[in-house]
Amino acid sequence: MNSTSTRLDATFAALADPTRRAILARLASGDATVNELAEPFAMTQPAISKHLKVLERAGLISRNRDAQRRPSRLEARRLAEASAWIDQYRQFWEASFARLDTVLKDLQPKTIRRGKPARR
Amino acid sequence: MLFYPESFKVSTPSDREVLVERDFHAPRDVVFEAFTRPELVRRWLLGPDGWTMPVCEIDLRPGGAYRYVWRKEATGMEMGMGGVFREVVRPVKLVATEKFDDAWYPGEAVDTTTFEEKAGITKVTLTVLYESKDARDTASRSGMERGMAAGYDRLEPILAEIAKVSTS
Repeated sequence: MNSTSTRLDATFAALADPTRRAILARLASGDATVNELAEPFAMTQPAISKHLKVLERAGLISRNRDAQRRPSRLEARRLAEASAWIDQYRQFWEASFARLDTVLKDLQPKTIRRGKPARR
Repeated sequence: MLFYPESFKVSTPSDREVLVERDFHAPRDVVFEAFTRPELVRRWLLGPDGWTMPVCEIDLRPGGAYRYVWRKEATGMEMGMGGVFREVVRPVKLVATEKFDDAWYPGEAVDTTTFEEKAGITKVTLTVLYESKDARDTASRSGMERGMAAGYDRLEPILAEIAKVSTS
């Protein structure tokens, strides 16, 4: 529990930065080198490298030490672990609200129920 | 991976608050009843499957107390919380204190629930205000609210992207 908690702290700290989240989103579609990552962000390679280090320490990415290009790879399992925590809270309210929809339907006689559900 | 109706949002409007929003297809007075009558509340405020609410007491008036106890039927595990109403504006707004029995954060939190109706659709907002950023962050570390402190809404597009890639 404690080690999970510490690990998640590092994960969430790493995820707190928009550039790092964008890097993860990019890596979700495939491994990429520092050069490839630097391009869309209009950032220097050292700046990107710094972000990659944080992500690597948080276990969110891994880098191939042997290959010359050292492509970064998304470690989806760590991200899934983070989202499992998140989902706990969301699941509580989402499951509760889904039941509430049913309760509300039961409470409203058909004759006074107003129109169709709104479209978005 | 699950994604949620568009109106369902969880966010952190300030460093002491957590906000949950959702639209319901019902007039405001009906939604308000569902949030404040014990026999209705215990039918839905249950979280994931497998939990019941053996205790649900609500004394709906300023200074009145409420008390909730949940039980996981499979294990018998129980979790309780309660507090006191500070404001009751039917069917518009509720303000109440909140404290879990085995509270992991300092002080009491204050819950504000508002009900806004537009064309038969009622928007409910639930705001939990902690005594300090530390209190909120400690509550976050319990796991239950961790995701909100981390700014889930900003994280969600990444998760969606990853879900898309890993299932394609």
